[in-house]
Amino acid sequence: MKNNMKLVKNAAGRMVPVEINGETQIPYQGVGKYIPKGRKYAPPISSCANFPADGNKTVANLKEALIKSGLKDGMTISTHHHFRNGDLIANQIFDIAKELGVKNLRWYPSASFPCHEPLIKYLEDGTINRIEGSMNGALGRFASEGGMKGVGVLRSHGGRYQAVQDGEVHIDIAVIAAPTADAFGNANGVNGPAASGLLGFALADSQYADKVIVVTDNMVPFPCIPWQIHGNYVDYTVKVDKVGDADKIVSGTTNITKSPDRLLIAELTAKFCEATEIIHDGFSYQAGAGGTSLSIGIYFEEILRRNNWKARFIRAGSNKYPVKMLEDGVVDYILDGQTFDLEGVRSMRENANHVDTSPFTSYNYHGKGNFASMIDVVVLGATEVDLNFNANVVTHSDGYLLHGIGGWQNCLFGKTVILPIPLFRDRIPIIVDEVTTLCGPGELIDVIVTERGIAINPLRKDLIEKAKNSGLPIKTLQELKEEAERICGVPEKPVLDDEIIAVIKWVDGTVIDSVRKVKTR
Amino acid sequence: MSDIITKSSIGNYGAKVRSDCQVIMEICESGGIDLQINSKVNAMFGNSNRELIMEILNFYEIKNAKIVLNDSGAIAPVISARMEAAIKSLITTDKDFLLPQIEENTTVTAKDKMRFSRLYLPGNSPNMMLNAGIHYPNGIILDLEDAVAPDKKFEARFMVRNALRNINFYGAERMVRINQIPQGLDDLDFVVAHNVNMILIPKCESAQQIHQVNDRINKLKIKHHIDYPIWLMPIIESALGVVKAYEIASEADNVASMAIGLEDYTADIGTLRTSEGTESFYARSAVVNACRAAGIQPIDSVFSDVSDMQALAINAKVSKSLGFDGMGCIHPRQISVIHENFAPEKKEILKAQKIFLAFKAAKEKGLGVVSLGTKMIDAPVVKRAENTLNVAISLGIIDKDWETNFEA
Repeated sequence: MKNNMKLVKNAAGRMVPVEINGETQIPYQGVGKYIPKGRKYAPPISSCANFPADGNKTVANLKEALIKSGLKDGMTISTHHHFRNGDLIANQIFDIAKELGVKNLRWYPSASFPCHEPLIKYLEDGTINRIEGSMNGALGRFASEGGMKGVGVLRSHGGRYQAVQDGEVHIDIAVIAAPTADAFGNANGVNGPAASGLLGFALADSQYADKVIVVTDNMVPFPCIPWQIHGNYVDYTVKVDKVGDADKIVSGTTNITKSPDRLLIAELTAKFCEATEIIHDGFSYQAGAGGTSLSIGIYFEEILRRNNWKARFIRAGSNKYPVKMLEDGVVDYILDGQTFDLEGVRSMRENANHVDTSPFTSYNYHGKGNFASMIDVVVLGATEVDLNFNANVVTHSDGYLLHGIGGWQNCLFGKTVILPIPLFRDRIPIIVDEVTTLCGPGELIDVIVTERGIAINPLRKDLIEKAKNSGLPIKTLQELKEEAERICGVPEKPVLDDEIIAVIKWVDGTVIDSVRKVKTR
Repeated sequence: MSDIITKSSIGNYGAKVRSDCQVIMEICESGGIDLQINSKVNAMFGNSNRELIMEILNFYEIKNAKIVLNDSGAIAPVISARMEAAIKSLITTDKDFLLPQIEENTTVTAKDKMRFSRLYLPGNSPNMMLNAGIHYPNGIILDLEDAVAPDKKFEARFMVRNALRNINFYGAERMVRINQIPQGLDDLDFVVAHNVNMILIPKCESAQQIHQVNDRINKLKIKHHIDYPIWLMPIIESALGVVKAYEIASEADNVASMAIGLEDYTADIGTLRTSEGTESFYARSAVVNACRAAGIQPIDSVFSDVSDMQALAINAKVSKSLGFDGMGCIHPRQISVIHENFAPEKKEILKAQKIFLAFKAAKEKGLGVVSLGTKMIDAPVVKRAENTLNVAISLGIIDKDWETNFEA
């Protein structure tokens, strides 16, 4: 089924299938070009007469909730990554599906993590047909080697919301694992033994899925306040012994990097932002969780303090560093998409200026605007960048699918987008003639900062002008590429199979690129 | 398996090792070349790695061997250093397999070059060498001595030689710390012909050792037709070394600086090193004094707490005030702190600017005698002022064309 797909060349010049998994696809048309008409998807009408008047929607266990929700072959099951690598629920859902003999499910997670590796056996035996979500680590390796029966689909956080809203993905059952909930289904992420911050990634699912199940290990009497998820959307609630592994919720990337090379890249990035006046009183930025990104935040803070400036808001990925800035009055607000450590959780719980957001407010293509385009500077990673600033964030240069898109594509709409990346990793140059997988069009990527020089997109004449006398090492991507190749050697082009194992969606739901099977030796 | 002669294992490989490789090699009597490559970059460099290894085997006329390359992204100079060490631990040959020397590493340095910072790099750890230059230390030290385990000394020499030739250090002075004399003399065979700028002589205790080193260097220079300067930086690390400091500093014209190594020195005098450094005050001052008497640069020890930049800054300030011209670094992040604290201060720069301008004005007027205010300025003072200004310019404290906007 996966072979012999009809392919067309999209507006980015990439060959993409016009149909996958029996569903028609729209090829990428360019940034801001695809404007669908019509009405949004709507979930089935529900009536309160069908729900218990006392508000108690609790059922005995997850299995009963799934059976009552009508779990059957071919359904779409959604889960969320608020517990990151400490998620315990997704695996249980598919254990139950296997036990019930249900086949051919589409798993629609907001992200997958190494803890989901046990699901490979269900991808092999056909319980799960495909993953439409990020595929990292072992799952990515499995998918890249052609193990999945269906074709995977990778979307951004915003694209996931878009796909639900315009009906591209119809969720049959959403299972929302929540650190705290009440029997009615109100739920939040800021309280409970597995507190992880917020539940923004489950918002669309709660509103649009046919059936919604809330699972928690901290069932409190009504009302559960705050109610980040409204119980009015919820069909069943389930109490379990343990909903998430608290130790693994905090990701490992919440410390400043110790690598001198990455610190240098962070320092250069901050200097660039200062020299080009991107940083100013009242500016805003997107902070990530990676070590380099965190360090850039520290340098930004130094610049703000030195000038007696304040940032208006930080879009986060929060952790102890932005929290400290908020508490010290160096920033007015944190608009938070996910908390990366317990300090972030505490702050969100206690501080009204630490606000939980969702892909709806931040990233959704079908909103009447979103926050992403209002941010002054966004700092992101990439695995590859080509000479026209097009970037890859999902596959490595050997073709393996190893990262999700996350909010990456959505953040490209920030006013200035900077990719601080090392010029090479383990001999693999980052700047290439052609990216293995296109995830972000170069017209949206403004600056590449490496340890050996900074390249500015020729479209950004303003930045080129301002950086002219900064003393910073401004170079072209061509020069940087040559420098890397002098050190590493010129890499051979990996030979990939023709078979397409996944597609990459652009933020509007069109297909920007295909991911091909890796040839195993 | 009776045809196996012997087997060698060279290099580093493991979960935490990056940009390095391990070569396991057996030379056989028959069976041709059996080459197995395990590499995380096989998709991109599998073919070129295979070609390189075959080229090296061909160069040494090895026809029958079993080779396993376990690679974690090593670049060509690293792979060839490992291969050569593996081969030379099995066979005897005079031939060296050398990749073309990169042009950036053919620069020569002046005796009085600025030497605020010198970054130590373990001689057998190529992953730390690749990006050393981008932090712009004044010098990098490829260390064959304490940073290399005894069983790795052999292979480290090939690694250091190839690093001198093929890893771009972006203008940093290329230094090598050899092993203690006499063992260290043999290290010279691997570096003298490959554009090393400066040799560090550890645990130096006599002028005789300087003489021995220069003897070997001069023989190698003649053998390889070399005329670039090779400077020496003896390191004083013992009570006896401190006593002999002036003899050592003044033994030869190519002794450009002399350093003190405090870890070993404090052990030698039977005490512990403290952050205040009271215990080494005499030794540090003695070294500074000996260097100044001999007209060379006194260089301070390293500061070993890499996480405490404030303590490093204080240490550097004290060091400068004692008369040192620089100190060692064991982490790239220390470099900028050291540069900032060894940099000339504002009033120092202002004074230098005034001297420079007064000298220039006097020269234009054809005056033989230069004075600033009521003070006479002689040639060494002008030279020192020029040095201060050059340092200030190179550190970006003042502009290159500061004269145009200068207001006294």
